[in-house]
Amino acid sequence: MIPGKVIGRLVASQRLDAFKGVKFLLVQPIDERSEAVGKPLVACDAIGANVGDRVFMAQGREATFPLPDKFNPADLTIVAIVDEIS
Amino acid sequence: MKLARVVAQVVSTQKHPFYKGQKTFMVRHVDLEGREEGSPYVAVDRVQAGVGDLILLLQEGSSSRTMFNEPEAPVRSTIVGIVDHVELEP
Repeated sequence: MIPGKVIGRLVASQRLDAFKGVKFLLVQPIDERSEAVGKPLVACDAIGANVGDRVFMAQGREATFPLPDKFNPADLTIVAIVDEIS
Repeated sequence: MKLARVVAQVVSTQKHPFYKGQKTFMVRHVDLEGREEGSPYVAVDRVQAGVGDLILLLQEGSSSRTMFNEPEAPVRSTIVGIVDHVELEP
């Protein structure tokens, strides 16, 4: 899984049916000091994260499990909101 | 599996059900001299690791799910061992 910080939302109304009911968020990957590493990504939200939240995300096949439609093409899904990194 | 080091503890309450009761850490890959490489991952701990430990890091979804015996767990990185020392044969 990879850590990140939610920096924005993304609306794509015309999209695959398999994404029905899924919210897209813009996430900046971070390190243990919450500093940005690498480029922002688009993640599906399975937890109800908001802009500003630190999160961690499942990648690849694991990203598909938490979403409503079993056959979704997700490759990155937020699975937890981080309270503390110490 | 990869050699890695635990660099921070990650606490979260609002999370996918699989993660309830699991301990999570931030980990970084290290080379054979112990130098950290690349960006960190979040891993589930199964061996009571602590921050600073040199660890054996599994990063494969189906192996992790088999270990947890949960076919739909959204997990890929799992700490499966604490490394005492690494011996390089010349």
